[in-house]
Amino acid sequence: MSPAAEALERRAVVRTLLAGREDLAVVTGLGSPSYDTVAAGDHDLNYYLWGAMGSAATVGLGLAIAQPRRPVLVITGDGEQLMGLGALATIAVQRPANLTIAVLDNERYAETGMQRSHTGAGVRIDQVAAACGFAWTAELRESAGVDQLRARLTAFTGPNLAVCKVEPTDLPRVLPPIDAVYLKHRLRLALGFPPR
Amino acid sequence: MSTPETDWPDALFSSLLEAGIGTVAYVPDAGHARVIALAHEAEGITAVPLTTEEEGIGYLAGAWLGGLKGVLLMQSSGVGNCINTLALAAQARFPLLMLVTMRGEWAELNPWQNPAGGAAEESLRLMGVRTWRAERADEVEPLVSGALAMTFAGDMSGAVLLGQRLIGRKLW
Repeated sequence: MSPAAEALERRAVVRTLLAGREDLAVVTGLGSPSYDTVAAGDHDLNYYLWGAMGSAATVGLGLAIAQPRRPVLVITGDGEQLMGLGALATIAVQRPANLTIAVLDNERYAETGMQRSHTGAGVRIDQVAAACGFAWTAELRESAGVDQLRARLTAFTGPNLAVCKVEPTDLPRVLPPIDAVYLKHRLRLALGFPPR
Repeated sequence: MSTPETDWPDALFSSLLEAGIGTVAYVPDAGHARVIALAHEAEGITAVPLTTEEEGIGYLAGAWLGGLKGVLLMQSSGVGNCINTLALAAQARFPLLMLVTMRGEWAELNPWQNPAGGAAEESLRLMGVRTWRAERADEVEPLVSGALAMTFAGDMSGAVLLGQRLIGRKLW
């Protein structure tokens, strides 16, 4: 079960998921998933969380319900999603077909010193999502699976959740904009909402 | 015109519709039962039951990003669950209106409600949330409609506390 046995490179996963994105909106959990996402290229349709741990999936749910014809991707980590396990039940009840959650699972809390997380002790977030009633879930360890996940982003057959087992590397940080008001207005403008 | 004692939930819900609210997120409470039922019945309202109150803060932030206005319903015991997540609304200045039914402040027979009930309003204020209180039925509609106007015009967090005397005694 160790990710060292067979695991993905986290920034390659995010690059693959975001390659050729068109109207895809992205919400990221705090810490490494945000760095991975901005490393793949900042974008007006990205909303990076720097706190409110456990909220990435619920922000994604709100955006998905408000914009049902637009694919929405949440990119977060195992620790962040573990703090919002109940949100998986809330999302499953709403069944947003346009929402996908990608959990970059290094089985660690990288931001605070690489302490082991519950997923390293066998907790399966994808199986939690499946038991809640997500339309599709998977645990991915190979790049072919990431390509299939990429295709699902725009298939409108969700909600989807994939746990992407990634190497426990501590990569150089690539920091996204930190001004949450700026990010809010930038995304809303990109969706066509004028300044208020 | 005074609002009959039992009609305030309908007046509250009308305020939500008039303000263009399109989604209602909630953790159930007996005091909100009528509004929750109306939200589920209404055309054009997405009713979202939550497993814990702080989910609603993230959910409404995302909804606002996507152009959808909503409110969050909870009991006073849920305020404490929201504390850290309120940073999202504060930091991004998302409009956030919470409608909080009070327990643990009057004629409360379950003392486990008292610590959170007694601390709810002060806790909200400590986190930068503006609060208003309704103690009588005829105060509910003007306070809620005013709070809706102010929170959405001002990109700010607010809470209307619906007092336990308004809700009524819980009988055991």
